[in-house]
Amino acid sequence: MTAPALLATVGDVGEGFFKERTSGSLPCQAKPDQVFCFDWAREHIDRFGTPTLQHFEIVLFSVLLGFAVAFALSLLAHRTTWLRPPLLAVTGILYTIPSIAFFFLMLPVTGLGRDTAIIVLAAYTLQIIYRNTILGLANVPASVKDAARGMGLTERQILWRVELPLATPEIIAGLRIATVSTVAIATLAVFISAGGLGTQIYGGGNLTFPTSIIIAGTIAILMALAFDVVLLGVQRLTTPWRRARSA
Amino acid sequence: MSVLHPVLASFDGALEFIFEPQTSNVTGGKKVGGFDQALELMLKQLEVTILALALALIVALPIGLYLGHRGKGELLAIGLGNAGRAIPELALIALVAALIGVGLVNVTLALAVLGIPPILTNAFIGVRQVDPASVDAARGMGMSEFEIVRKVELPLAIPTVMGGVRGAAIAIVATATIAPLAGVETLGDFIINASIYGDDGRLAGAILVALLALGLEGLLALLQRRLTSDGLKLQTG
Repeated sequence: MTAPALLATVGDVGEGFFKERTSGSLPCQAKPDQVFCFDWAREHIDRFGTPTLQHFEIVLFSVLLGFAVAFALSLLAHRTTWLRPPLLAVTGILYTIPSIAFFFLMLPVTGLGRDTAIIVLAAYTLQIIYRNTILGLANVPASVKDAARGMGLTERQILWRVELPLATPEIIAGLRIATVSTVAIATLAVFISAGGLGTQIYGGGNLTFPTSIIIAGTIAILMALAFDVVLLGVQRLTTPWRRARSA
Repeated sequence: MSVLHPVLASFDGALEFIFEPQTSNVTGGKKVGGFDQALELMLKQLEVTILALALALIVALPIGLYLGHRGKGELLAIGLGNAGRAIPELALIALVAALIGVGLVNVTLALAVLGIPPILTNAFIGVRQVDPASVDAARGMGMSEFEIVRKVELPLAIPTVMGGVRGAAIAIVATATIAPLAGVETLGDFIINASIYGDDGRLAGAILVALLALGLEGLLALLQRRLTSDGLKLQTG
């Protein structure tokens, strides 16, 4: 019986969701056992705009920075085989250190704020992107490279025109894992005063109330999903031959 | 030198905080920090991490192995792994504290939720990757389905299974840092309650959390080496 009641409540929200703000505390805010307060959500939904944008920026810049560094490291390790184990170990250590601890290890160097959050989250993504790129490049069949060489391509041309395109699915798979995890972990950026959706979950010494936590958490999950869908689209666009084969 | 000096000084203060109790501005003369408190918080974080990891293993490993063995539920096993990564840790802990309540049991349950997806997904993938010829050979030798899972598929899948366990451990120990929000006093207390412990305490907490996570990861890597059969080690070099 609860399901139809819930749906009815959600349906009610549709018309005139953005209501004029009434002053004072709302009746459902006072009830501690209330899981979700629709009246509060209706009145305060606009306060999630800025944190959502901040969150999006933190994730975008972290993943772009992480990808640039990890991609460069992968190409380096692709050429210089002996570099692979040490690079895997270093990125592994950066991946293992919990982000919230890493924020404060960086604090004496980079201070409070968004830069620290972006550096730490980028460091976190290195391992996943690096490992997948190396794996993708290693999975390119030797026969394909031989054929390219036989056609007179230089090593550089083979890398950019043959190996990297064929490794794209693995590279993007790594990017997807890294991005989705980063959206979730970026909620912790609130502890280093970097803003983001975490501000609507935990604010100034105490927990924000459940409705706000649920809204912020849901936005974070939807953002992760949106990034994932976009990256999947990029993969399909950049590897048209895979669709041709399966069709 | 002029740039490095304040940074080194911060770390110096943090190390002092770990070993010697310091005066705090807000506790009315009561000293905070020091080796005893640091050890106590670290052990609490280790305790809640191990409890949650054990619970996640008990729930996820049998399901992952079973689905992998039967070759069923690929959508569930892979989808769960992907969805698990999207759970915002802070929202999870905050919501548990606000709606279900604070305490060790609730925090353990919440952390186990983070550990289940990677273990289940990797157990599934690990078993699926086992050469069907090995499974057929085991069946031909008269092994029961349970024996095939325990004696053939699981040993061959150990590297992948342990990859999942290590991923789960990293997520759990990291999130256990914010457990003080839900009433379990872990090392995160030094970080979250900076008004009590000061900048030195916060940095000390960060150092200890990082060491704890790296130590745990190192132990699990050793365990993986011990569990991997000698034959597999020869194969992968």
